[in-house]
Amino acid sequence: MFTSLMALQSKISQNPLGDNPISWILNLLFYVVFIVFLFYGQRIQLYVMLREVEGSLFKLKYIKEEGRKIAIETIKEIGKPQTDPVTRVDRFLEYFMITPQNLDPAGIVWKLEHVLDVRDVRLKDEVKLMAPSADETQVNNLENTLEAAMALNYIYKVIRHFYLLGKKTLSLYTIMQIQMLLPLIMREAEAYASALKAFAYGQPIGDGAGAIVAGRLMHGHETKKIPKDCVVATVPIEGRTAFVIKAEGPGGNVGKPGDAIKQVIDENEGKISMMIMIDAAAKLEGEEVGEVADGVGAAIGGPGVDQFKIEESVLEYHIPVNAVIIKEDIGDAVSPLRKEIFDSIDKAIERVKQVLLERTKEGDKVIIAGIGNTIGVGQ
Amino acid sequence: MTQRATNQTTKISSFVLLVVVVTLLLSFFALVVAINAYSSDPVVAGWLIMIGFVGVALSAYVLLQVRRRVRSLSIEIPPVTTTIECTKCGFKNVREFQRGDFIFKEADTCQKCNSKTMITAIYREVKEGQKERSRI
Repeated sequence: MFTSLMALQSKISQNPLGDNPISWILNLLFYVVFIVFLFYGQRIQLYVMLREVEGSLFKLKYIKEEGRKIAIETIKEIGKPQTDPVTRVDRFLEYFMITPQNLDPAGIVWKLEHVLDVRDVRLKDEVKLMAPSADETQVNNLENTLEAAMALNYIYKVIRHFYLLGKKTLSLYTIMQIQMLLPLIMREAEAYASALKAFAYGQPIGDGAGAIVAGRLMHGHETKKIPKDCVVATVPIEGRTAFVIKAEGPGGNVGKPGDAIKQVIDENEGKISMMIMIDAAAKLEGEEVGEVADGVGAAIGGPGVDQFKIEESVLEYHIPVNAVIIKEDIGDAVSPLRKEIFDSIDKAIERVKQVLLERTKEGDKVIIAGIGNTIGVGQ
Repeated sequence: MTQRATNQTTKISSFVLLVVVVTLLLSFFALVVAINAYSSDPVVAGWLIMIGFVGVALSAYVLLQVRRRVRSLSIEIPPVTTTIECTKCGFKNVREFQRGDFIFKEADTCQKCNSKTMITAIYREVKEGQKERSRI
């Protein structure tokens, strides 16, 4: 092969067309291409990457616009506003939150909680103004819909920022970092896109797996509202007294399990033998969707405020914390509940009972907390 | 509940067009050279023909792909089903999800025994082909 290529090169250089100027042009073109690639190879690579990012940006723009459209349509349909909600929705999509200064981290959790509370109240008030006819459940669902649209808007803006910055500075490394992360970012954006309709219609999502487990355990028993936006039911399970906690459904709501668990512990003067937390958790690639696993520690996501509060409460009375998780990926967590995850609810309940039997005695008091967004899940 | 929204975008980069045109020209030159060189050196001519055809095919493919940027974008909304179960006889009724449905919601009376029914499940099924399969 090498010999043939050498022969080819010599043939070209020997002018196979005689003194025809075409052969000269051909030779020259080969050299030009070689030199261009030698000096501008990186720039060509940059343009190829920019085009790839541009393609994804088009898709993101479309998804973002669809998100905005769905949010506006849902508000008009459910909220029956007197005025056009478009301006308010556009303002909502640009809403931001400044996290507390962490130079001196002491007490930052309470500051963060305060900012999150202010944000929550502000967003709910905005939604109520946009959709005056919506009831509490619908307000929660609309808030979730708008937050998904907000997330899509933010993703689009960040990718556009890096794309334009890369184009402006022609920096390979600026554009390379966004191009390398694009597949993951696109997956997240697509997940939010499918979450939009789920939130708009009030369908249960994968993140609500823990709430469904708690709902199943407490269904048929009297429930009591506890702060904030949570419910608790006293349920006899395997001869133990279980205080089953979940966020109040069926509206899109995660509640404040940290406060709810603290209240139940305080009401029982710390005489709690064990706590089991059930939550949806991110699966690693290769793991099956709906796989159930158990371990120890506070199984709760979010900004960390509730996890901190739960850890503080259980530490005060040295209550052992066990966790049962249902594995799913980010796409499943925010999109309508998958059958595989729903089927794993029974397995998770079995695992909870198994942990109870193995680690507590009859007559013990335990807390079972189902964590997650309770949209589309009652009690 | 299955919906499909579409949108169309059109944009062809001049840079891509330039690259395609240059490749196409070079490929044609290679073919011309191959025809002329065929009588004197058939091996070289064979190589040139191969390079020429590959170049023409590649540039035609890229051109077609770029033209297909008039492409459709879509957000797939999967169908979601609601399972309603009779609390007494266990009769199950599966229907499409309707706004207002939620798990543990009391629904209409049972078609069989006239007892109370309840929504016991709301989920979507992922088609077999879309599921991730790992052999590792």
